[in-house]
Amino acid sequence: MSTRQEILQSLSSILSALLGDDSISLDMGTRREDVPGWDSFNYVNFIVGVETEFGVKFTVADVESFPNVGAVVEKIEQITAGAAGRKR
Amino acid sequence: MAAIAGHQLGFLDLIQLDRAIVRTGSETSAGLARVKIALIGSSTLDHLVAPIRVAALRNRLLADMHLGGYGQYRQEVLNPHSSLHEFVPQFVVISIAAKHVLGSVPIGTSPAEAEALARDAVDALRILWRTLRDRHSATVLQQTFLNVEPPLFGNFDRQVPASPTSLVARLNDTLAAAAREEGVLLVDVARRSQLDGLDAWYDVTRWLQAKQEIAPRVAPLFGELVARTVAARLGMARKCLVLDLDNTLWGGVIGDDGLEGIVLGQGSASGEAHLQLQHYARALSERGVLLAVCSKNETTTAESAFQNHPEMALRRSDFASFVANWNDKADNLRKIAKDLNIGLDSLVFVDDNPAERARIREALPMVAVPEMPQDPAHYVRVLAEAGYFEAAAFTNEDLGRAGQYAANAEREALREQYDSLEDFLRNLEMAAISGAFESGDLPRIAQLINKTNQFNTTTKRYSLEEVKTLMSSPENITLQFRLLDRLGDNGLVSTMIILPVGNGVFEIDNWVMSCRVFGRDLEYEAMNTAVDAVRERGGRQLKAAYIPTAKNAVIKDLFPRLGFEPDAMTDAGGATRWQLAIDAYERRRTQIRRKDAA
Repeated sequence: MSTRQEILQSLSSILSALLGDDSISLDMGTRREDVPGWDSFNYVNFIVGVETEFGVKFTVADVESFPNVGAVVEKIEQITAGAAGRKR
Repeated sequence: MAAIAGHQLGFLDLIQLDRAIVRTGSETSAGLARVKIALIGSSTLDHLVAPIRVAALRNRLLADMHLGGYGQYRQEVLNPHSSLHEFVPQFVVISIAAKHVLGSVPIGTSPAEAEALARDAVDALRILWRTLRDRHSATVLQQTFLNVEPPLFGNFDRQVPASPTSLVARLNDTLAAAAREEGVLLVDVARRSQLDGLDAWYDVTRWLQAKQEIAPRVAPLFGELVARTVAARLGMARKCLVLDLDNTLWGGVIGDDGLEGIVLGQGSASGEAHLQLQHYARALSERGVLLAVCSKNETTTAESAFQNHPEMALRRSDFASFVANWNDKADNLRKIAKDLNIGLDSLVFVDDNPAERARIREALPMVAVPEMPQDPAHYVRVLAEAGYFEAAAFTNEDLGRAGQYAANAEREALREQYDSLEDFLRNLEMAAISGAFESGDLPRIAQLINKTNQFNTTTKRYSLEEVKTLMSSPENITLQFRLLDRLGDNGLVSTMIILPVGNGVFEIDNWVMSCRVFGRDLEYEAMNTAVDAVRERGGRQLKAAYIPTAKNAVIKDLFPRLGFEPDAMTDAGGATRWQLAIDAYERRRTQIRRKDAA
């Protein structure tokens, strides 16, 4: 399982690819409005990119209410921990 | 970048590649046809723009895109000052949710009412289609409707006329019939979603979150379906399927295993798999795709398999070109293209051997080389879904094509029997039937104008509707030529459009001729006919232009050959302009007899 730092790095590189900006570095507190160009179109793309990258599927409630990047990270941790738990 | 676009791309790769395309658009454009595509509809479509652009590049097109506003498609088409009209699209993709056109339908609705609903919904679309056609001569690509609604009864849904299953099926049937009448092409996501599953195409989370009816995960595929259809409409679909023999059309190696040793046909699962490919190739040939063989074998060994193996579904005569030798396959593909008088970029090369595929991809990147799976059971699926032979029309010419190429092989053999070309032509007993465009021939006329790349003086493309409009003014001259000979009917093989420019001057706006009849002097006969038609209308001068493309060098000297003089007006783009004084025209005698239209 990825560490929190690794997840953050993945999310940063997904958003960098979407926005064409290599300088993006997300942390747990980053909100959408903190990143120029992270509009609703790129938010949907971001969610799709994250779902593809981590092999997870967020609920409608999730995608509606992520207050910041940290909430996304925690959700990924929660889903992948659950999946790992089931595998055992 | 076109090479990168040829690979299967992940979602993020695609977005990054798209950014590169947009950034370097004009530099990338060398050798690519530029095309303007608008995307409008009822749902969120933003995420489909990049995939269409990337897929266009894979299909050798550089797409300039316009995206309509969410749900604004009707206003955008009907308001003459909308940004859609300012964009002046050549293609308009319309993507509409079934729910959007149907609204909520009471479940007790009668079959007659359901039929009327579907008809009204499609009639509303026809108005949009016609507006786009009349205003911009744009080709409309209408997406078929997805049925995203859950069943109401289950298995019984199909028996209830107002169930979502029944309504969407009826809607799609009505749509297809209307599209055929109006010259509209379909982007058939309904068919494709049956293959991939509705869950792949429609993601309810994305619908609820962003009103995307087409799921982002299949956006690359959606783009591909659009780009293929656009390319087909522009005459860029592939024309010839080139097949390897050993371990492709049959299992085993005939040179080693012998005729009895190869695996083909009933009684073995592998044998049936190879037979399925033969049946599919045969079906393609019947719809007008040319077949060819490119195999490392002795010619006699290879040919005998087709003559003597009892399970063989294909016959030697099904192949328009048959090359079996030990030469490099790249050289052989060049030979096949030359034999058939088509471009290398019209070929699809199917070979089980990865080394041969790699060789062709490296030597001839313009040839399509599908990555064949290990298991021959999947050959047909891979070939069929790759979409190489998309069509924008299906005509009687297509149905007869295989036979015409077979007759061409006979003509070639005949040519070798005669010492001089003139003797050969005389013995062909050719006859031309010419006249103004006939409305019954319109589909073939439009197809010929849009698919002909070599003998095409201006490469101006006309939709069927534009041709109809041209025909309706009596001052325009339209000519069609059908060529017969003693080996058969070559079909409608040449068209010419001549427009008046005033003061007794006429200009050849477009002249095309099928490569099947090159070398028969039909161009001289056609010019004789054209000059007569101009003279009949009191014309004194005929102008013409040759606009060079990557493919039409074969007619570079056409107009001087026909007696035209250079026109004073020159052109910076490499085009040459010509004029002919009608009274000075010297008729050229040919071996083609004139025959009146029946």
